[in-house]
Amino acid sequence: MPQKIFAPWDDPDETPLIRFQNVSKRFGDFTAIDAIDLEIYAREFFALLGPSGCGKTTLMRMLAGFETPSSGKIFLSGQDIAPVPPNQRAVNMMFQSYALFPHLSVWDNIAFGLRREGRARDEIDARVGEMLKLTRLEKFARRKPHQISGGQRQRVALARSLAKAPKLLLLDEPLGALDKKLREETQFELMDIQETTGTTFVIVTHDQEEAMTVASRVAVMDEGRLIQVATPDRIYEAPASVYVADFIGDVNIIEGKAHQTGDRVQVDWAEGQPALAAKTTRDFSLEQTCYLAIRPEKVAISAEKPSGANVLSGEVLDIAYLGNLSTYHVKLPTGHVIKAQQANTRRIARRPFTWEDKVWVSWTESAAVVLDR
Amino acid sequence: MRRLILIAIPYVWLLALFLIPFFIVVKISLSDVALARPPYMPQLDWSAGWEGIRNFFAALDFENFGFLTTDDLYWKAYLSSLQIAGISTLLTLIVGFPIAYGMARAPEHWRPTLMMLVILPFWTSFLIRVYAWMGILSQNGLLNGVLMSLGVIGEPLTILNTDVAVYIGIVYTYLPFMILPIYAALEKLDSSLLEAAEDLGCSRLTAFWLITVPLSKQGVIAGCFLVFIPAVGEFVIPSLLGGSETLMIGKVLYEEFFSNRDWPVASAVAVVLLLILVIPIVLFQRNEQKQREAEG
Ligand SMILES: Nc1ncnc2c1ncn2[C@@H]1O[C@H](COP(=O)(O)OP(=O)(O)OP(=O)(O)O)[C@@H](O)[C@H]1O
Ligand SMILES: [Mg+2]
Repeated sequence: MPQKIFAPWDDPDETPLIRFQNVSKRFGDFTAIDAIDLEIYAREFFALLGPSGCGKTTLMRMLAGFETPSSGKIFLSGQDIAPVPPNQRAVNMMFQSYALFPHLSVWDNIAFGLRREGRARDEIDARVGEMLKLTRLEKFARRKPHQISGGQRQRVALARSLAKAPKLLLLDEPLGALDKKLREETQFELMDIQETTGTTFVIVTHDQEEAMTVASRVAVMDEGRLIQVATPDRIYEAPASVYVADFIGDVNIIEGKAHQTGDRVQVDWAEGQPALAAKTTRDFSLEQTCYLAIRPEKVAISAEKPSGANVLSGEVLDIAYLGNLSTYHVKLPTGHVIKAQQANTRRIARRPFTWEDKVWVSWTESAAVVLDR
Repeated sequence: MRRLILIAIPYVWLLALFLIPFFIVVKISLSDVALARPPYMPQLDWSAGWEGIRNFFAALDFENFGFLTTDDLYWKAYLSSLQIAGISTLLTLIVGFPIAYGMARAPEHWRPTLMMLVILPFWTSFLIRVYAWMGILSQNGLLNGVLMSLGVIGEPLTILNTDVAVYIGIVYTYLPFMILPIYAALEKLDSSLLEAAEDLGCSRLTAFWLITVPLSKQGVIAGCFLVFIPAVGEFVIPSLLGGSETLMIGKVLYEEFFSNRDWPVASAVAVVLLLILVIPIVLFQRNEQKQREAEG
């Protein structure tokens, strides 16, 4: 029997844990959140992605209860949470600024929420110990927040928010200050916690790779609006707009005019150049401005002219060596620069292409996504 | 070399403005009262040379300090001063903390104005402000006038020339010294700490108690010392607002100096007062030190 895939958002019978209903938040005449509709399901690992100032923290603060929506409603387990004060919501938040209590030790910071619940002493001891172990802070338990490093502080903040094992956990850039290795380990820890406790996570991150790794779904935001909400692979493979394609990973964008026949689009993109072909499920009117989005790893590069749909000649402008991969920047006669990525299976000295080589770049009809904005 | 000069400056300052005057006072306190000018002896006779210096030191004694213990006026005055200063400090804290809290919680663009308002009274003479209080508190003064016209009281209250007037005067005068350090501590307090506390299950009140109070403790302690220490030796307020039974050491000191012209006893009173105050001053310094370390 095939394992059931976790996709409650596709199931019409599921009720969401969190529901934003046409929620806006204005600060004075500035609109930080603009008429958002969003549903987040129990046990999700939901990532918010977007440029600085797009409203990610504001969205979280509304969930935690520190901001009230200017209009619209937020439901948690089907209940309007507007009248519930922050201290009575089954929600814990890890603050972007950490907000550690400077007069309390690391241990007391983590124990703070547990003590408020009036739990037994040895229960608190055990839970704090567990959290210290998880975040590898055992050695620093007796220190004050100003006596530890930035990354350690971030881990204290994480441990403090995890300690109460809430129903919903809001993490505002929880791993930004950690080095890559520790960050990856902590990501897996978080996914582990998520799986064992069934907590729902909403996480803000600037790191799209992180969002891809941990998230069940990703929401890409811009200027207080949701641009696209989808699973990581959908976001990557089928971005809804140039903005999303550009925000998540590297992409080549070519602007042109569409000529559609069935599921095929021919795109006129430059004077005197053959049209580029792509498949699509969208409908384009004749001569409509459209954009081709092609991921660099789907662009092949070769010395000989290949046969196939989209073949362009050019000259190697630049090479970015990334260790396992190399990205070739190929300049076309039209002035466009196409990025093509290749795995480095050979030693660097035997690289097939070098600067100013004449090369061919090509991609298949299904490699490109045609976007209308 | 530059460092040496930089370090030397405050010490020279301390020497010139505190230690030298202090030793002069100590010397007078060890002398005897005399009908002369200045009104005490011995005087150091430089012309007699070595012999003169020896005679001078031989004539100094602790007689005046002994005298302070024979009359219970003195220790009663010390105790009463400490008590009045202590109660006034507490009252100033009760009045000052909410003001500082309100200032720190006010919108940012309001804070400089509020700060100005706290400091504004310093722009007029202290003496004039105390006289103004005499006008307000007297039998037919402003306060009684208002209360009577409102019908709150039928008879004018006797406030002026009582301890109550002294408390009002001290609280009024020293309030800025209480407000400013507390405000400084509260203003630094990051409001996201209170949000974090609420997020972790605190009510507003518990968050205030567990976060705001401990984080403003240093400011409160600093404010209390800044009020308590000068209030103990206060002279103008008790002599203008207080009654004949208001006993404060500052008043006693004044009487000894100017009414009795007994400089040596007056100096002894001052020296003992200083010794009493050294304890809170040292505690105050320790508090400051601890604060610097905590922020370090
Ligand atoms: N209390 C406030 N008053 C006025 N404007 C605010 C307030 N809080 C947030 N904003 C504005 O709302 C917008 C969204 O802020 P928010 O903190 O949600 O951004 P963000 O997406 O979390 O950014 P970052 O990635 O930098 O943390 C910003 O333009 C910010 O200036
Ligand atoms: Mg933010």
